[in-house]
Parts: sequence; structure tokens; C-alpha cells
Amino acid sequence: MTLSRIAPYLQATPLTAILAAFLVLPIATIVMVSFWDYDSIQIFPAFVFTNYEETISSPVTWNTYLNTLKYTVIVWAVTLVIGFWVAYYLAFHIRSATAQMVLFLVCTIPFLTSNIIRMISWIPFLGRNGLLNQTLMTMGVIDQPLEFLLFSDFAVVLAMVHLYTLFMVTPIFNTLMRIDRALIEAARDAGANAWQILTNVIIPLAKPGIAIGSIFVVTLVMGDFITVRFMSGGQSASVGLMMANQIALLQYPAAAANAVILLILVLLLVGGILRIVNIRREL
Amino acid sequence: MNSEKRGPGFYVLTAFFVLFVLFLYGPLTTIFILSFQGPNGGLTFPMNGTSLRWFQNLLFEQQAVGDFGGAFSRSLVLGLMTMLTTVVVSLLAGLAFRRRFVGSGPLFYLTIASLIVPSILISLGIGLAFNVFGLEPAWYSSAFGAHLTWTLPFGLLIMFAVFNRFNPAYEEAARDLGASPWQTFAHVVLPIILPSLIGVGLFGFTLSYDEFARTLMTSGSFNTLPLEIYGMTTNVTTPVLYALGTVTTVFSMAVILVALATIAVLRKRRARRIAG
Repeated sequence: MTLSRIAPYLQATPLTAILAAFLVLPIATIVMVSFWDYDSIQIFPAFVFTNYEETISSPVTWNTYLNTLKYTVIVWAVTLVIGFWVAYYLAFHIRSATAQMVLFLVCTIPFLTSNIIRMISWIPFLGRNGLLNQTLMTMGVIDQPLEFLLFSDFAVVLAMVHLYTLFMVTPIFNTLMRIDRALIEAARDAGANAWQILTNVIIPLAKPGIAIGSIFVVTLVMGDFITVRFMSGGQSASVGLMMANQIALLQYPAAAANAVILLILVLLLVGGILRIVNIRREL
Repeated sequence: MNSEKRGPGFYVLTAFFVLFVLFLYGPLTTIFILSFQGPNGGLTFPMNGTSLRWFQNLLFEQQAVGDFGGAFSRSLVLGLMTMLTTVVVSLLAGLAFRRRFVGSGPLFYLTIASLIVPSILISLGIGLAFNVFGLEPAWYSSAFGAHLTWTLPFGLLIMFAVFNRFNPAYEEAARDLGASPWQTFAHVVLPIILPSLIGVGLFGFTLSYDEFARTLMTSGSFNTLPLEIYGMTTNVTTPVLYALGTVTTVFSMAVILVALATIAVLRKRRARRIAG
């Protein structure tokens, strides 16, 4: 009897211990170090607000945060539209369960392969002498190669959409699959047309999935640095990239202050999404 | 939607879906083709003949920079460590969450937080924590922990999905027949959830094998494969980069296919056993 009462505690211990050691403690360390002082060779314990003051008072910071938010909004909007229609197609237009499963796997398998390689794979496509420019020039649409395709904001957004749309497809597909088909029948019997069924029945019921997908995409884009660094060729900035650069210069307290601000911003965005949509019943 | 005739919407969305799949797989296909570039070929089309030159260069010749073999074996071992730990810890936590216990709410939110906190924060935080405590970061300690913060939430969410659909009548029946809690688990629960555990393992392995941001500041003095590949992108200007991309992607795909095939076989076997 007593064993079965303490069993859940024993079973939950490994997870708790790992998260305490590798999530809670590191974030506590970041908060602590964000108040430390540093010079060009080392960091030392202190309690100063200079890291925050310098971060907040610099116009570079503001521009970088605005640029990151710009990426977030664009990538979120594009992945939402693509993700919703892909999920919708799989859930409502594919009738055989096997076909549904196979096509769903086709959409999710790239998620399990390397992000870096998926980024590299755009080079022969978008480059100055890449496939797209060659094709357009052969077709006579352009006579100079388009320079903005690779190493630009366009490339950053394209690569992020490529990498992160799957995070939208999966949760939306899940909620769409759970919609009782009788509801749609009922709406149709009541005289609703396809558009009314979509806006009055399906989208409201898909909101939890949309919210979960949005949380994934927003947090992934807000914290991204590798896609921005690689696809913009070092020409664009993001908060994550700014942190990575500060880390490379061993300015750990500055990077930590940035990390705390970023974390607060991300939590505010997630909190905002959760305020609009209740996802509890999805979990 | 379920009416017999396909409306125009169906064809429009089919075209959209096909384009999406092309968008997902098209770029990967181009580097796959370009990795067979001839010995004098470059990083873009046209193909300058075909050869296995770049695979040869990757696998058998000393690279100017980096250590592909060492990075690959480190990533492989780290992936397996992460996989095993993710399966065991998610399973245990999934079992724990089937009952009420004090602190289950906070633990759940902590797990979700682990998914939401940007990777670079985890990377920086673990790097700093090791620094503050005077520990030397290494791929098998700090990077291992960093990967777990990413794989465990996925593992736990999959276990939630599994146990939400799990019928407790099977366990009750086993108990009524006199099975001990351990026997019930080993002979009833485990076989039923085994396919899902393989799914958890697949996530654990592949997410770790491909992880970049969380490894960046936690891997210590030796690179894992994604770090090695990233390093190559700034130094290497020959198709050997694509050969590396092709080799690692083929490896990932093979792992995924083996896992999916195992799940399919287990499902089929169970269906046959129930029918027979």
C-alpha cells in the first residue's frame, strides 16, 4: 500500500532531477550572471545593473528586437496559412486512414533530419548561379541574376518557413482529426455553405491546435540565431544572434541580460496566446 | 467533404499539398544530386560529369579542417544515450502522471517550459552553470543534459497521448487474475505501449543527433556532427559539403525507416494475435 502511494514520486524523480539540473539551475545562473560585471578577459561576481542599462539604452538592441519580431510575425503568418491548409487537406480530403498516415509521415520526416543540412540545401537553389536564377534567365524573365535570393531577409524567412511549418501542421492536424464529423454534417444540413462551415465550425474548433503550433513557431523564431546567421550571410540581426556574438566575445553578463529580456518577451508572447486560446483540453 | 464527388476545392488543395511536399524535399534532392558532382564540378549546377569523388574525399581522405569520423561517432553515442534516457525517463514520468501526486502540476508546467525556453538560453545557461561550478563542459555531460531538455518534453507528451487512450481494464483483468504489479507492467502494459516507446526513442535519437543550438556552448572541446557540419560551411567550398549532407541525411532516413518498420511489424503482430 505504502509503496503504491510513493510510486508516482519515485517515477517522477528522474524527470524532476534532470529538469532541475539542466533547466532551472541554468536559468537561475543566467539571471545571476546578468548582474555580474566583466572586463575583456573575465567575468566576476557583482550586483550591477549596467548590463541591463547598456542593453536597453542601445538603439542597436531595439532595432535587433524589432527585426526579430518582424521575422516572428512574417514566419508565423506564413506557417499558419500553409500549416492550416496542409492539415486541413490531410484531415478532410484524404479518406483512407492509411493514406492519411503515410502523407502525414511524409510531412513530418524532414523534421527528424538535420536543420543545418536543410539550410545548406538552399544554396544550390537560391545562389547567384543557382537553379532559380538559371531557370529565370533561360526563360528570359530576368537578364541579371537576382541578388536578393540568398543571404537576405527573404532567404531567412524562406528557410524558417521551410524548417518550422511542420510545427504548425502537426498540432493543427491533431485537433482537426478530433472534430466530430457529425458537427460538419449538421452544419451542412442546416444550410451552411463550405465557407461558413470553415469559419463557424472548423476554425473555432481548431483554435487549440493553432495556438500550440503558434507557440512552437513563435518561440523557435524568437530564439533563432543559426538560420539568421547562415541565411542572411551575416547581414541581418536577431536577438539570438546578438547573444551568440556577445558569447563569442566572452561578454557573458551582457549575453545573460539579453537572455533574461528575451525570456521575458517570449513568456509574454506565450502568455498572450494562452489568454486568447485555452489549450488545456488538448493536453 | 465526405460526399462522394470531389469538388474543385479538392484539386486546388491537392496541388497545394504537392507543392508543399516539393518545397520540403526539393532542396534536399538538389544537394543529393550535386553530391555526385564530377571531380571538377562546383557547388551549383550544371553537373560537371558524375563521380563518387566527394564521397571518397569525405570518407577516406584527411580533411583540411575537422574530424568527420570522430564527430560522427560522438553524435552517434550521444544520440543513443539521449534515446535510452528519454525512453526510460518519459515512461516513468508518464506512469507517474497517471495518478495524482503533489507537485504534478508544477512538474508538468516545468516540462512544457523546457520546450518553450529558446535553445540558446539553455545552451548559455548550462555553459555558464558549468563555468560557475568549475566543471569542464563535455559532449557526454553538459551537451547530454542540454539535449534531454529538448527530447524529454516530446517524450512525455507522447506518453500522455498513449496513456490517455490506454484502457485500464487490461490492467484490472491482469490484477484479478493474480498478477503482481510488476507482472502487470511487464506482461500487459509494456507490450501494449511498445510501439509508442519506439516512437519516443526515434524522437530522442534523431533530435539529439541533429541538435545544434543546444550543443553550441555545451559540447566542450570536441565537436558533435552538426557543429562539425556548421564549421565546414564556412571553410569548405567544394561539393564534399553536399556529400556530408547526403551521408548524414541517408543515415537519419535509415534510422527513421527502421523505427517505422519496427512499429508496423509490432502492430501487425499484435493484430494477428488478437484475431487468432
